[in-house]
Amino acid sequence: MQASGLTAWELFCRRGDRLLFGSLDLWADKGDAIHLVGPNGIGKTSLLRMLAGLLRPSPTFFGNAELPDRGSIEWKGSVGLLDGHVALDEHLPLGKALRFWSRIDQGEPNADRLGLSPLLDVPVRHLSTGQRKRAALTRLLAQGVDHWLLDEPLNGLDSQGVALVEELIAQRRAAGGVVVIASHQPIRLPDAQILDLREHPA
Amino acid sequence: MSPLLAILRRDLALLLPGGQRGGTLLPLLFFLAVAMLYPFAVGPEPELLARTGGGVIWVAALLAAILPLDRLFAPDLEHGFFDQWALRGIAEEAVVAVRLLAHWLSFGPPLMIAALPAAGLLGIDGETLWMVELGLLAGTPGLAAIGLMIAALTVGLRGGTALAGLLLIPLAVPLLVFGAGALATGGASGIAFCGALSLLLVAIAPFAGGAAIRAAREG
Repeated sequence: MQASGLTAWELFCRRGDRLLFGSLDLWADKGDAIHLVGPNGIGKTSLLRMLAGLLRPSPTFFGNAELPDRGSIEWKGSVGLLDGHVALDEHLPLGKALRFWSRIDQGEPNADRLGLSPLLDVPVRHLSTGQRKRAALTRLLAQGVDHWLLDEPLNGLDSQGVALVEELIAQRRAAGGVVVIASHQPIRLPDAQILDLREHPA
Repeated sequence: MSPLLAILRRDLALLLPGGQRGGTLLPLLFFLAVAMLYPFAVGPEPELLARTGGGVIWVAALLAAILPLDRLFAPDLEHGFFDQWALRGIAEEAVVAVRLLAHWLSFGPPLMIAALPAAGLLGIDGETLWMVELGLLAGTPGLAAIGLMIAALTVGLRGGTALAGLLLIPLAVPLLVFGAGALATGGASGIAFCGALSLLLVAIAPFAGGAAIRAAREG
């Protein structure tokens, strides 16, 4: 039996007074992909942040009673997150901004892979939406983590970029990583579990 | 390079005077402007200036400490830096402690240097200047710690900067009482007490700031 990469039980998400989803269980083998779908505001980003450990799961509900449990999330291996924030210093040239993270991650960013080499001297604030996404992907690649959480990874990318991201995801999965993706745009994910958060109401 | 060293390097590049996160020179210029304007406002009598000048330097230092607060955490939280640090297992407390050091380096020593020309403008004698410098050395780490905690607490609020200034002033009163009070009594005991307060604040700040950043992220 393959070891599982991600196991999560009984996740509830409450934002303010609204319960977005509840009783959510996730299980992913190494090499699996989970595609989160559902309308805006259903809690896809919240779920990704929960899986990243940035947001505590809300207390579990049973009927109307709030229980002290907060579900559980377990990863085998390290996790990286790519979301709408590029997390690079806006005023610095792209190359220097990436170098800050490579000092922390001890991994050399490979700007060629995402076609950013000509842009290394351009300040991050002058990059387009798609170029910023490519920069964030470069940062994620250099981080060298096992599993990826991707929030709308295709936003702003051209068709060539989309193909590149699909290829990177396939490579990550082939290397035994779990990839959880929230995307409204069609993305080619062979054998991915599709998780519609509408089917997990409170 | 260890992660915290890399973060310290980035923080210093951003916060030191002339650094990249705009307006890093403003606190210093503000401080000197107050020292320059004060003789115009109260008149040029040397006796009055020498007697009150040390206190004016203290008040100017306190107000200058408010200016950088909005740049301390808000941009990094907004751009996802804290998320990425958390994912790499770097504790918020450690990041805040590093930033406290960078923040103090960016305004404490420069203010102490700027106090020299300010003392000239106000006609303060050498002995008083020495007390002012010692007091600033003892008091500015505490001011930095208070400012840092307030910046972290108000990071998620709209109009947080104005609120941060209002919150800092009453909390800084004890530092001011003992730090600037030493000028009137002429004793070093006030400065020693000011230093003790500072150490206490510096010890609390990373934990309070770290908890505040986590709370802001969940909000």
